[in-house]
Amino acid sequence: MAHAHESNTKRIWMVFAILSVITIVEVIFGIIKPDSLHLTSILGTSPLNWIFIILTLFKAYGITWAFMHMEGEKKWFRRSVVWTAVFLICYIVTLFLIEGGYLFDTLAPLTNWKY
Amino acid sequence: MGATIAVNSEDKNTWSGGGNRPFGASYGKMMMWFFIVSDALTFSGFLAAYGLTRFKFIDSWPIADEVFTHFPFLHGVHAPMYYVALMTFILIFSSVTMVLAVDAGHQMKKKKVTIYMFLTIVGGVIFLGSQAWEWKNFIKGSYGAVQTTDGKILQFVTQDGVNEKGEKVFHQVALTDFVVEAHEERVTHTRKNGLWNESGETLPTYSVNEVVSSYNSNADVLIRIEKMDLATKQKIVLSKEEGARYLLNAKQVVEGANLHVNEYGNPIFADFFFFITGFHGFHVFSGVLLNIIIFFNVILGTYERRGHYEMVEKVGLYWHFVDLVWVFVFTFFYLV
Repeated sequence: MAHAHESNTKRIWMVFAILSVITIVEVIFGIIKPDSLHLTSILGTSPLNWIFIILTLFKAYGITWAFMHMEGEKKWFRRSVVWTAVFLICYIVTLFLIEGGYLFDTLAPLTNWKY
Repeated sequence: MGATIAVNSEDKNTWSGGGNRPFGASYGKMMMWFFIVSDALTFSGFLAAYGLTRFKFIDSWPIADEVFTHFPFLHGVHAPMYYVALMTFILIFSSVTMVLAVDAGHQMKKKKVTIYMFLTIVGGVIFLGSQAWEWKNFIKGSYGAVQTTDGKILQFVTQDGVNEKGEKVFHQVALTDFVVEAHEERVTHTRKNGLWNESGETLPTYSVNEVVSSYNSNADVLIRIEKMDLATKQKIVLSKEEGARYLLNAKQVVEGANLHVNEYGNPIFADFFFFITGFHGFHVFSGVLLNIIIFFNVILGTYERRGHYEMVEKVGLYWHFVDLVWVFVFTFFYLV
């Protein structure tokens, strides 16, 4: 780290405030669950779920970049970590969720809910 | 031998890569990052498997708000989400104290590093305690349910009234609130009676017969099944007669959750809950241990003598990673 001796305390508290606000927003949405966001659907799931996922990714960015100090690492070191993880995670999640959807389509008609 | 070793092993700094600094990062820090990548892939494998299973049972998956509803000292109060939100705060806050310790380490302020490391450890321990409490509630269960012969869970509800949209609103009732004991003879099968050296399962509070007859004699109590009405994202509540037909297939009374049965719905939900939060909890536990080791090293002045506090930074990376994983577990288990 080039700027090893200066203090980043102010920035740390700033990031903490942002992460806290995001968590509070998530919890409020999770408790209220407005029908217009909860019962509608875009791109395969409800807008509410997309909000949660985007806020989560934003929190992950905050933790990695500020707390884990990814922003201070060399560009290609950062990329070797972030690109690898992001690519492989997207890959496995896509395959698994497609497969899960297929299992539901196949299984659900065979499940008995009438007695 | 020397020729086969890439770094200079005569150098006493072999552990730190012998002064090689690829990407301008020290060997230890780089390896911690690459470990984190592999661990992140492990966790995403688990969460992806959870996603697959959830998609597989998308019309009957338990609703998290109805499962995790407890808050310490608020007995009987329906408080979804608040407790996990609190746990999330505790973990994020301990991440903050950790990064403050790293920051103080850069300025070689031993006293500050000690205090912040201590606070981080305290945060980790509180989180672990909270996790244990959450597990306790989940294992003990809150309402009790009946499982049918084909493994479906039947929960009991009463109507609260009608909401502004004209839909009926229900709330779950516990077995203890409506089941009347029939004083029938039920004996737990222990190793000493019946089949020698084989013990049966612990008997639940009520028998199936007691629950069924109490259901039939109490007009207010209805049955809610696992299947969801996808238009309202609510579990379907059966009519009184339909519920009675379901109860003809009742096999056992279920209280709480374990790896076999789960009063909140599909047992695989409980399996994933125990596995993923357990695996994460184990990470937090090892993180706390590592933090304690580093904490004592800080007190002993090890890093003061070494001239830098990079060890605090490395263990900090791991600690932040644990927080990072929790952020995703929180979203995919409790919110989405």
